[in-house]
Amino acid sequence: MGSLFRSEDMTLCQLFLQSEAAYACVSELGELGLVQFRDLNPDVNAFQRKFVNEVRRCDEMERKLRFLEKEIRKDGIPMLDTGDNPDAPQPREMIDLEATFEKLESEMNDVNANSEALKKNFLELTELKHILRKTQAFFDEADHHTMQAMHDPLIPDDDVQLLGEELGRHAGQALKLGFVAGVILRERIPAFERMLWRVCRGNVFLKQAEIDTRLEDPITGDRVDKTVFIIFFQGEQLKSRVKKICEGFRATLYPCPETQSDRREMSIGVMTRIEDLNTVLGQTQDHRHRLLVAAAKNIKVWFIKVRKIKAIYHTLNMFNLDVTQKCLISECWCPVADLDRIQQALKRGNERSGSSVPSILNRMSTRQEPPTYHRLNKFTVVFQNIVDAYGVASYREVNPAPWTIISFPFLFAIMFGDAGHGVIMLLFALYLVIMEKRLAPKMSADEIFGMFFNGRYIILLMGAFSIYTGLIYNDIFSKSLNIFGSAWKPDPSVYNTSSMDLKNYKINANNTVERPYPFGLDPVWQLAINKITITNSLKMKISVIFGVCHMLFGLSLSLLNHRFFNKPLNVYFEFIPQLIFMCSIFGYLILLIFVKWLKFGPADTGKAPNLLIGLISMFLFQYEDPCKPTTCWYAGQKGFQITLVVVAVLCVPWMLLVKPYMLRKQHLEGKPHQYTLLNGDMSQDDELLEVVHHVDSETAYPGDDDGYEEKLSVNSGDLLNSEVEGDDGTLDQTGLVRPTPQPFDFSEVMITQAIHTIEYCLGCVSHTASYLRLWALSLAHAQLSEVLWTMVMTTALSFKIQWLSVIFIFVCFAFWACCSIVILVLMEGMSAFLHALRLHWVEFQSKFYKGEGYQFVPFSFDTMLAEYGLAD
Amino acid sequence: MGTRAETTFIVVSIFWAFIGIVCPILLQFCMGKSPNKGIVQIMFIMTAVCCYLFWLCAFLFQLNPLVGPQLESNLIRVMQYEWFGIDPTGHHHVKTT
Repeated sequence: MGSLFRSEDMTLCQLFLQSEAAYACVSELGELGLVQFRDLNPDVNAFQRKFVNEVRRCDEMERKLRFLEKEIRKDGIPMLDTGDNPDAPQPREMIDLEATFEKLESEMNDVNANSEALKKNFLELTELKHILRKTQAFFDEADHHTMQAMHDPLIPDDDVQLLGEELGRHAGQALKLGFVAGVILRERIPAFERMLWRVCRGNVFLKQAEIDTRLEDPITGDRVDKTVFIIFFQGEQLKSRVKKICEGFRATLYPCPETQSDRREMSIGVMTRIEDLNTVLGQTQDHRHRLLVAAAKNIKVWFIKVRKIKAIYHTLNMFNLDVTQKCLISECWCPVADLDRIQQALKRGNERSGSSVPSILNRMSTRQEPPTYHRLNKFTVVFQNIVDAYGVASYREVNPAPWTIISFPFLFAIMFGDAGHGVIMLLFALYLVIMEKRLAPKMSADEIFGMFFNGRYIILLMGAFSIYTGLIYNDIFSKSLNIFGSAWKPDPSVYNTSSMDLKNYKINANNTVERPYPFGLDPVWQLAINKITITNSLKMKISVIFGVCHMLFGLSLSLLNHRFFNKPLNVYFEFIPQLIFMCSIFGYLILLIFVKWLKFGPADTGKAPNLLIGLISMFLFQYEDPCKPTTCWYAGQKGFQITLVVVAVLCVPWMLLVKPYMLRKQHLEGKPHQYTLLNGDMSQDDELLEVVHHVDSETAYPGDDDGYEEKLSVNSGDLLNSEVEGDDGTLDQTGLVRPTPQPFDFSEVMITQAIHTIEYCLGCVSHTASYLRLWALSLAHAQLSEVLWTMVMTTALSFKIQWLSVIFIFVCFAFWACCSIVILVLMEGMSAFLHALRLHWVEFQSKFYKGEGYQFVPFSFDTMLAEYGLAD
Repeated sequence: MGTRAETTFIVVSIFWAFIGIVCPILLQFCMGKSPNKGIVQIMFIMTAVCCYLFWLCAFLFQLNPLVGPQLESNLIRVMQYEWFGIDPTGHHHVKTT
């Protein structure tokens, strides 16, 4: 059975590691994943711990790796995941790794900075190119005006300046117009214009032209629209104002030569420079790409290594340094069965680090409750999770999970009960199970899919059992199968076609063929008008039968707990009265159900006893004097039932009073009888207590460990198995010594017992009624299914116009299928899942389960890396 | 309760008894070393118990029915014809399909 039946036997161990070997040993233990370290320095600040520098270095390395990863992702390079799991590197390798990362990071930064500068340059040159092109148009216009003003064909075009010197001379003023040219974001132009107009009082002249192509902003990488503008003004004052406004609006100004020939030269120069820049940019990008591709090959492995190093140093921070400063000490929980493997891991660690002194693993005794550890595989883990969601099992109590593997899907199936929908669930789960390996990576991406994927084994079993219960309820998408021939044959002599004038007839039960339908419910019931009455009776009785059986099973598991923890008081004064109470009332009810099924047939239609009324009258001691066959139907019933009720009522004070009295009696008889110490010697009690307190005070250990070691080392045999009986179960098989700290408080014990008794007795009745949800959900599911069929498919199939009905059936089937899946499979499935879960958590587990333990969380690289994988 | 009912009862009981009792015993020898042996045994036993009990309830429920189905007249006619091969004149006929 292994540890799934009960949690593993755990022991607290003390680990003595030599400082040089510590790193390697912890690394080996991390690979093994079977040890949970306790923090021996809980009140030490994170910055004052011993290995804080190493952790800081690891953080720094991780930061560099994340930066590299981001760059790799930005470029869309695939990161190779070889599935390698490299061991944590030695401390000296860490320096090499640090150097590599440092180099990579600085190279990347250089490349990025260069690339940015180049792009900025490129942008400027491009803008200049556009300016030169656009301003050509402005000057052409001016040129045209001057040509109109003074027509002098002799002056070549190149020499024509803005407005022409001649015009300027004619005007008789030094009409020297200055101008600035630049580029601004297109969105800002209206506001820019307005500002210019206001500030310069309309004395400047703005011309603008849009740039058609979008330019790339070097910093953000966005593509933006820009506009070329040129502003003409006169005088220095206006020039400074214009320049200030341009600065304010973040417009970039460029020097623009006045003559056309100059402009042409500049244009050519700019084009050449742009081409050169393009080449350089291309080369820079190539270099960056090559860098990243080289890094991408190893980055996953580096991540794993760095994370492992960090985890090891975090763990080492939890250790204590002993007085001689040469040895690291820690405490850890580990399963007793794995002590050999742990010893071997320590040996391996020692060999790897080449240390001469071997590491020592010692078992210790302690007052604390060990963690709960169940060994799980991929199938059982999901069932254990749903049990743990309610509460982790107390140390070494019976685990409900192995029973839940079948009982949970089965109770689900009783509520789901449709073979067709069960087939859908089964196929979906089979797909998930068979494609496990391929679908596992996708699990981390999508949370909802991840939930379904994690529960694939539950869904598989739920689907399989639903098919079974669906066949027994004879419900496949609300239709029945007639495989073996119905048992209800309408006798032709009675139900003659010529003599049938009523709308409907109730077939006489005497008219059945010789045997009931062999497998499940008869197919005739799906067609019958009184189907619901009959299926209600069947399903309610099934619910009560299964409910009482489930609860009795839970009760019997509590017996196993009592026997294991060696509490005979609980067996005689809790378990037995509980059993008698439940059996005498509800066990009797189940018996009556079966007897009624077997004893009363078609001949007794009017006289069959009503079990519910019978149960109520049994409680109220109501028996009619002339005994009617409906209420008392076997000889001696009255006497028997009265006895049962009296016995049940007597169980209540039995549960309530006897155990506290016995506990008080034991307490008054004195303690010495109650403790069998570890070595049977009273004098050692104090020493052990001292040891126990020693452990708890968490101070540095004295150098003299000898007396301590020889008592508790692993090699000296298993001395920790003794049976200690105490007040409220202070014992367990590992022989944890727990002297009773508080005095015996009778009132508290009494109140606890009263609460347990009331909870149990009322719980019996209410939980039995609670199991009727098995009937209720099954009824709801069947009715929903039937309504969907009748409303949707029947309308489609009985459509009058033949040629149109083809399309209509097609559409209606799509609608029916979608509704079936969404409402009946998903919604009802989730509902039945929750109710089955509740039945397990409350009705079943309240009979035996304490659930007050805490989970064993071993130091394991696998789980740590998996967590990081999900976080990524 | 005719003999056909008893046959059904015996056959089904033997089937679930095989699954619930014989299979775990076989597993004891086949899967002797595997750590999952206990779990698989529990699964077989519980499946057998649950499924058998469920079938038993449905079977016993219909063994001595107190009430019969209430059917429309047309449906009775169809049932007689399709399921039991009784044509409208009241005689049995051999169904060819």
